[in-house]
Amino acid sequence: MNYDYNLSAIAVPLILAAGSVLVLLTDVLLGKKAKDSAYQTTLTILALAGVFCFTRWGTGGSAFFGQVYTDGFTSFFNLAFLTVGFLVVLNSPNYLIRNGIDHGEYYMLILLALLGMTFMASAGDLLIFFLGLETMSICLYVLAGFHKSRAKSNESSLKYLLLGAFFTGFLLYGMALVYGQVGSTNLAEISNYLAEAANPLGGYMGIGLALLLIGLTFKMAVVPFHFWSPDVYDGAPTPVTAFMSTAPKAAAFAAALRIFYHPGIELGIPWENVLWVLAVLTMTVGNFAALAQTSVKRMLAYSSITHAGYLLVGFLASNELGASGMLFYLFMYGFMNVGAFTIAYLVNRRGKGNYNLSDFAQLGTKSPMLAALMSIFMLSLTGIPPLAGFFGKLYIFSAAVQEGYVWLVVIAVLNSAISVFYYLRVMVMMYMREGEDLADLEKAPTVAITAVICGLAILIFGLFPSPLLDLARASIIALL
Amino acid sequence: MIISLNHYLVLGAFLFCIGVAGVLTRKNAIIILASVELMLNAVNLTFIAFARHWGDATGQIFVFFSMVVAAAEVAVGLAIIVVLFRHKESINIDEVNLLKW
Amino acid sequence: MEHSATTLSHSALLWLIPMFPFIGMLINGLFVRKSRETFAGILASLAMFCSFIVSAVVFFQLVGLDPHHRELTQTIYTWMAVGDFHANISFLMDPLSAVMALVVTGVGFLIHVYSIGYMKGDERVTRYFTQLNLFAFFMLILVMADNYLLMFVGWEGVGLCSYLLIGFWFEDMEKAKAGKKAFVVNRIGDFGFLLGMFLIFITFGSLDFQVVFERATGMDYGAGMVTAITLLLFLGATWKSAQIPLYVWLPDAMAGPTPVSALIHAATMVTAGVYMVARSNVLYMLAPTSLAVVGWIGAATALMAATIGLAQNDIKKVLAYSTVSQLGYMFLACGVGAFGAGIFHLMTHAFFKALLFLGAGAVIHAMHHHLHEIGSDADPQDMRNMGGLKKYLPKTYWTFLIATIAIAGIPGLSGFFSKDEILWKAFSSGNTAIWVIGAVAAGLTAFYMFRLVFMTFFGEFRSAKQGQHPHENPPVMTIPLMILAVLAVIGGWVGIPHVLGGGNHIEAWFHPVFAEAEYIAEIHQGYGIHDAGIEMTLMIISVVIALIGIFLAYHFHLKNREAGEKINKSIKPIYTILHNKYYVDEGYQATVINPILATSRAFLWKFFDVKVVDGTVNGVAWLVNWSASQVRKVQTGQVQNYALMMGVGILLVLLAFVL
Repeated sequence: MNYDYNLSAIAVPLILAAGSVLVLLTDVLLGKKAKDSAYQTTLTILALAGVFCFTRWGTGGSAFFGQVYTDGFTSFFNLAFLTVGFLVVLNSPNYLIRNGIDHGEYYMLILLALLGMTFMASAGDLLIFFLGLETMSICLYVLAGFHKSRAKSNESSLKYLLLGAFFTGFLLYGMALVYGQVGSTNLAEISNYLAEAANPLGGYMGIGLALLLIGLTFKMAVVPFHFWSPDVYDGAPTPVTAFMSTAPKAAAFAAALRIFYHPGIELGIPWENVLWVLAVLTMTVGNFAALAQTSVKRMLAYSSITHAGYLLVGFLASNELGASGMLFYLFMYGFMNVGAFTIAYLVNRRGKGNYNLSDFAQLGTKSPMLAALMSIFMLSLTGIPPLAGFFGKLYIFSAAVQEGYVWLVVIAVLNSAISVFYYLRVMVMMYMREGEDLADLEKAPTVAITAVICGLAILIFGLFPSPLLDLARASIIALL
Repeated sequence: MIISLNHYLVLGAFLFCIGVAGVLTRKNAIIILASVELMLNAVNLTFIAFARHWGDATGQIFVFFSMVVAAAEVAVGLAIIVVLFRHKESINIDEVNLLKW
Repeated sequence: MEHSATTLSHSALLWLIPMFPFIGMLINGLFVRKSRETFAGILASLAMFCSFIVSAVVFFQLVGLDPHHRELTQTIYTWMAVGDFHANISFLMDPLSAVMALVVTGVGFLIHVYSIGYMKGDERVTRYFTQLNLFAFFMLILVMADNYLLMFVGWEGVGLCSYLLIGFWFEDMEKAKAGKKAFVVNRIGDFGFLLGMFLIFITFGSLDFQVVFERATGMDYGAGMVTAITLLLFLGATWKSAQIPLYVWLPDAMAGPTPVSALIHAATMVTAGVYMVARSNVLYMLAPTSLAVVGWIGAATALMAATIGLAQNDIKKVLAYSTVSQLGYMFLACGVGAFGAGIFHLMTHAFFKALLFLGAGAVIHAMHHHLHEIGSDADPQDMRNMGGLKKYLPKTYWTFLIATIAIAGIPGLSGFFSKDEILWKAFSSGNTAIWVIGAVAAGLTAFYMFRLVFMTFFGEFRSAKQGQHPHENPPVMTIPLMILAVLAVIGGWVGIPHVLGGGNHIEAWFHPVFAEAEYIAEIHQGYGIHDAGIEMTLMIISVVIALIGIFLAYHFHLKNREAGEKINKSIKPIYTILHNKYYVDEGYQATVINPILATSRAFLWKFFDVKVVDGTVNGVAWLVNWSASQVRKVQTGQVQNYALMMGVGILLVLLAFVL
């Protein structure tokens, strides 16, 4: 096996890389004549990558000498990233043009961020994972500050960058220690080591794995490593927020599963205790802070912290049901959040521009379609059956109960009951408040299409979750 | 005195802690970036020490990549700080607090 | 084994039952314009009627089957299957769900028709019928589901619709708030259901009713896990069915349109908890502790809500507390192992309580128009403004009276048979104390219901002005009342006990569903008392108690009042609202029941209900809000603060790993 340079194994990232160059070129060459050439090129590239991902669904094995995995897990997450990317790009021009920041680089950065994520999900080596993570993060730093003339956007990117770089240090340190203990950065060898070691957390390994976990939980926005996220999400351009709150979170969980998902290997009591406490903190703090928000955007930012907490419950349970539930949840969470942020952005236009909840007043009568879609997103985030959001929670919590984490699930379910308060507030505002005279919504076809796609996906995967679940389950089995 | 693996590791840990202290205490955004660089380089030192210990090149290669990443991060970081300066005429990060609660 | 999968018959009709209201909802929601209010109402009612017809057809299919195999199922598709986590979208029709489906569609249809008249002229009639149909859809899903997961879908759905409909008149802030309270409280209750469901899944490896109950029979009697499951499920039920200590939301829920109160908060949704307990009868029977909890909570609720009902002046509030009390009876029945009697009472209660609410609605409707005409802004729901209405609303009066006699437990009408069945089962299973509570509560029920009737329909009309008086409602409202009145009379005849020469058909009908539970009960608790003499004696006692209640109500709210009013007339023939209020208060001062009323008002209602229960709810809300405002303050906006706190976090995590 001297020859393992199988380029088709990394077809999706290659398409994204080539695409990002192409987007820049089209923008420079055609941008003057055809304003939206970069936009159209990006959508085409994402669709193409999606088709590739779908037709060449991973069948297992690895390429480049174990550096990347080409299994169903990779393909599942690639599809999730590409879907979120497509939805975000689809409704971006509206925001970009309105704010005068309609530059081709935006699309290039999205493509490159996606490229980083695909490597995070497919990494077979800590090095590849690290490069993927950094590619993604650096693109996101820039995207967060893409609205240069707005102080808040700049503040958002600065905070993200400083804290992100700070945590990169810890993450890298963790990798160094794991390398020091195992003598290799290959994930397969690391898991072999864990399986064979009498005390898996002995030597440098305990602190090494802890630091790795901390680095990842930072990207997931897990309390107490969440401080960056409300501010960054709040300040970033809204389509970017929609992107940041979904795809990178999925990528971080994908990487966490790649690195830490070893059913049968007991990582020891500290591991469980720490995750338990982090999960409880994340759910509760996110929830309570979301309760106190008056800005929908910031409320959604906090709520995405809460959802990371639910996912962490599945991660802790770490059995087949829990892990497939996480995959399902992450996929669906993309639809819910992108949809919600998209509508929030459009509705924001009616008000003073601070995403105040009251901007939603009377949406039920003024724009019943958007109100209905927003209700779907809110109810799905709350976890009302038969919407997709409910099933994600159901699998994750069942898995945790199966593993004996009953009290954790009690806390999780209580939290999800508390979350009703703030999600419902949006619905009450839409249907049950007489607002002052708010401007009518402007027509925004791309935004509406995005929201409709998201809403339909949530309904359909709620009523017919089986295909996606089977796919998630197959992906998890491929992981072993 | 033979300089063993542990010496390198302890030095690395010290440098790392100095970097962390810098991030936590300095107010100038550029100095904070520099402190982050110090943290990353401390890790690089650790990597190389381990690579030497194992007689394995992976660690050294890792360091190359991490230097590249650090450079990219600094490039983006400086650009963001330039924009910050345009907004505030200052790069004191205590003044960056529009977003809160 | 009666529950083996091989003996199941299939029916291709089942899906149609929930589908009709769903289609009605879609058409009304998407295509019918705001102005076509009558059309929307007719369409929604038609959907319910079709659904009722199909339910009836399926019911007769069931009747045609061998009693031991009276189960029809229909699987639409496999909903999901992850490993051993498996659930279908499939419906089950057995004697239990058949009765529920008939009640939901039948009573539901009548209430839809009634609503056409009641909601006439409202701005958002189309939306109203859309939501009403959606509610019916979810309710039917709930009662026809063949697994806990699908049942939970219905469970959540009815909660959502209930919220929308309670807050239907959201221009009034109080009403919008009531809706939100109901939803939030319900959601918190769902937590019990969800956790119970998780435990069922890990214990039995399935959520299908058939599989779970079959595997449950292999469990030990009184096993801890089954007790935990049943207690959690019951926690969900106490919320949905408004039992102590979580009944607070139901009286507030009366803020919705009255037909909604009739459908959701009397006849159907609030009984979901009882249905769920009865459905899980095998599990409950295996958990004697849970059963005792169910029985005692039910009995306590029945008594307490009845005493609160004594002191209310708002006609809907009286009925609301009466509903809470009657639901308590149903749980009491389940708690003593008489699931069939509980569901029997659920059915008769649906008839007479829906009738009472619709009658009250008719009264309020008439009062509202009358008060509007005379330019008074008095409360159309306050009974102190009513009186003598039997002259003006004869049809409403007669139907209302029938329902009142039924709920009071006078022999021959439906309420008597079901209530007596419950009391007898409580006594015969050895729960004498519960029987005493139930009998006392029955007397109180008779008292407050007749007090309501006397205050509303008898005496002088207290809001008269210039010879104007309220008018009887249109036939679209009165005809449903009459049909329900017929049902309130004959609805109980299917359950005439053997001692009275009846066949108690309903017990035999439910037998296949509860056979397993009865078998378990016989093994572990021995046979109950079977003595016709005792049964007759108890029956007579409860009738006497009811009659005493009625007599007291007559004495204090009709006879004395008229005497007092004569005196009043001679002095000052002006009947202002204030005067009457004073008079009623004076009347109370003179009564023998003063101590009970004082307790009821000062302690149970004013103190326990308002201070303790409401106070706790508000206190929790305050605490949550306060913590929320504190939590957000941690987010200072200073990036170095963040770094510091995160650094501390890192340190703690590392310590946890090293130590």
